[in-house]
Amino acid sequence: MKIYGVAILAICFLIGQYLGELLGARLGLSGNLGGVGISMLILILLNDYFKKKELLKPETEKGILFWSTMYIPVVVAMSASQNVKAALSGGWVAVLAALLATTCCFLLIPVLAKLGQKNKQ
Amino acid sequence: MEALVTLLDKNGLIFAFLFVGLIIYLSHIISQKVFKNKIPGAAIAISLGLLIAYFGDKKGVASFPAFTGIAFLGGSMMRDFSIVATAMGASYAEIKKTGLVGLLCLVIGTLIAFFVGGSVGYAMGYTDAESFATIGAGACTFIVGPVTGAAVGASSDVIAISIAVGVIKSIAVTISTPFLAKKLGINNPHTAMIFGGLVGSTSGVSAGLAATDVKLVPYGALTATFHTAMGCLLCPSILYFIVKAFI
Repeated sequence: MKIYGVAILAICFLIGQYLGELLGARLGLSGNLGGVGISMLILILLNDYFKKKELLKPETEKGILFWSTMYIPVVVAMSASQNVKAALSGGWVAVLAALLATTCCFLLIPVLAKLGQKNKQ
Repeated sequence: MEALVTLLDKNGLIFAFLFVGLIIYLSHIISQKVFKNKIPGAAIAISLGLLIAYFGDKKGVASFPAFTGIAFLGGSMMRDFSIVATAMGASYAEIKKTGLVGLLCLVIGTLIAFFVGGSVGYAMGYTDAESFATIGAGACTFIVGPVTGAAVGASSDVIAISIAVGVIKSIAVTISTPFLAKKLGINNPHTAMIFGGLVGSTSGVSAGLAATDVKLVPYGALTATFHTAMGCLLCPSILYFIVKAFI
């Protein structure tokens, strides 16, 4: 049943959030630190384990996959509810930050690709 | 009219589904007809969302009574839940095959985007540690930005900038990938994974690779998914503290 998938997703989410809160509190911050990242890693490892043991029914998987396809719509809703007026007063900062960061990452691809090939040999 | 506003306000989340559905439908038409699929519908939809938010106030379009559900659908709970679900597309065993280099790419990609993006923000007047971290995180992906911003307590306008940075990056990656793929050697699963790990923007990487060679999409998307996790893990914690120590 699809709800099993949603429930698995929910438990990964809650454990990650809890550990993130714990980490935040330990470091003296009010926010949640890396909870989303921790949840993702838990789901990745759990999914890997389920696949190996062939425990995950396609119907269960669909419950999780539905929410993963909701990711873009949720992000659209998120961008529609931001304080864009104030952001635009920042002017070119977004464009410059994005283009510079992207260029730097692109330039590193051939370097790291070579490094990887060397490692294999 | 007043009755309609009350109805939409009362059923906010349901109206948000309809609203976002319409935006995405419109975006895919624009993507096909105007841009000939060169810019992905998702990137256009997010840009449209930001554009619509411009007409609102502090909470974007959700500042209007009938649209409060949009803020709930796009709020941190739903956002984090759906992001976690995208990790289903990634498998630990697969990434292990690229070995140490794969991990190195994730870390280096996050570091470069974070510090380059944050420094640009710093140079342009966003000099507090919270803004540096949030704008830098936005340069990782448009997800890492708001997640970091919420964790370190950045203001809503800085969070909006971080989303804008991520969206522009995603569009830039999408457009430039097919043109640069040959020069950068993105023609095999190995380089595609390195590309995804370094650049990170899942939507930009998968759309860019789809325009280059469809077979490479899962590999790039796989590491790109890890990139978001890595960013969400590092940016609001270690990287924020490093920035805080220096600013």
